[in-house]
Amino acid sequence: MNPEEILYPISKPSKGSSGPTWMWRFTKPVIYIDKCTKCGLCWVYCPEATINILENGFPKIDYEYCKGCGICDNVCPVDAIEMVNEYGD
Amino acid sequence: MSMETRRIRKVLSGNHAASYAVKLANVDVIPIYPITPQTTIVEKIVDFVENNEMKAEVIHADSEHSAMAAAIGASASGARVYTATSSHGLLYMYEMIWWAANARLPIVAGFVTRSIGPPWNIWSDHNDYLTLRDSGWIMFFASSAQEVFDMTLQAFKVAENPRVRLPVGVAWDGFQISHSFEPVELLRQEEVDAFLPDPRDIKPLLNVDEPISIGNLPIATDNMMFRESIWRSMERARDYIKDVMNEYRALSRRNYGYLIEEYKAMDAETIFITMGAISGDAKIAVDKLRENGERVGLARIRVIRPMPVTDLVRLGRIANNIVVIDRNVSMGLGGILAREIKSIFYDFYVETPTYGFITGLAGTEVSPEDYIKIYRMVLDGEVEPSTNIWYYHGGVMK
Ligand code: SF4
Ligand code: SF4
Repeated sequence: MNPEEILYPISKPSKGSSGPTWMWRFTKPVIYIDKCTKCGLCWVYCPEATINILENGFPKIDYEYCKGCGICDNVCPVDAIEMVNEYGD
Repeated sequence: MSMETRRIRKVLSGNHAASYAVKLANVDVIPIYPITPQTTIVEKIVDFVENNEMKAEVIHADSEHSAMAAAIGASASGARVYTATSSHGLLYMYEMIWWAANARLPIVAGFVTRSIGPPWNIWSDHNDYLTLRDSGWIMFFASSAQEVFDMTLQAFKVAENPRVRLPVGVAWDGFQISHSFEPVELLRQEEVDAFLPDPRDIKPLLNVDEPISIGNLPIATDNMMFRESIWRSMERARDYIKDVMNEYRALSRRNYGYLIEEYKAMDAETIFITMGAISGDAKIAVDKLRENGERVGLARIRVIRPMPVTDLVRLGRIANNIVVIDRNVSMGLGGILAREIKSIFYDFYVETPTYGFITGLAGTEVSPEDYIKIYRMVLDGEVEPSTNIWYYHGGVMK
């Protein structure tokens, strides 16, 4: 470590900067495209930046890094996202 | 000197002296939450902003925790930021206090010391402010309204130095300084503008063109390196603070010393070490004792983090007795200053007997006569060198 250098606790946003976060997940968001209005709110709010907006304007979730927090489900104004249990009851 | 270039002198309370410094420093964002005895600082700032004497964003937060969180956000975006609090407000803010230091944000805050309840009490002691001592904040302590003004301006320059980049706290005693009025000489706007760095030079952490996250999960070794980086900046700050105070001294023609103000200490056999408002009473006591031929002096701590190690060691080597007056207590250990000073003495093989008096808690009176009584107790061998001699006003040892 250069003793003169000041370290800032900052990081560039990148998918998977906290490792393979899919392992944290036990419920999984599923998007019902027929209900989706392409508003983009889920894309804005996803804390892992794992939602991408496709060229046709619809959101698509990268399940490698989706951690299952359910924020997208909460913010979707038209209830187009549902959290489903991945491991059965 | 023509009229335009004369400095203004005003009769100000310690709190209003801080408000004027904040105004002259062209602070951009001031997140606030009221608490006695701090409130009049931000009231005055809000007056300035409402009267268009100052252009700043005042954020009325819903708690001290939110106020510091807003300060963090604003500072991360490159704004010059000030906030202030006391006692329970400081404790409520405490999580964000550490956040500000760990994120390397050059926030300046005023801490008007007040004891912590219960029982309820609005008078001064220093335990609230001293909770910052491990956090990475640089800690100044003023003992007059003029010094509050001067230190607040110096604080911005120290905090924003790219080799320091740490938040700076400026403390002063509740009521004794915060609400006492005294003449304060203000610097002129051009002088402050020339003294302080251009706020646009503050390196913002946040930048919309290059998005980043602050505080994401690093590997543990990196995390430890962040701490070491703060440590190194704090060590560098010791010299830089002296440079800033020197420059300010030439500008203002006021001399308080640097990390420590000494008063008749050079040839003293017994040296009091104090901090804050009650140092004034110590000066009177030193003068009275000296009239009777007693070789006694005073050292007032002005900067407690980084700790003025070499100054203290030098004083320890001059004196035959060191008497530390702690307006605080670390429960189960002793007076905080006395304990820290003793541990520094140990590092440097200073064996001068060091007496730690705990007094003035909860705003209790500490008068010049009390210092004289304490001096007598030490010289007459009534007390042992210890860091927890509980002394009440009037010489009472309960
Ligand atoms: S569940 Fe959470 S992590 Fe997964 S896509 Fe929704 S917001 Fe993103
Ligand atoms: S928030 Fe809901 S409606 Fe909006 S884009 Fe996402 S899924 Fe579609």
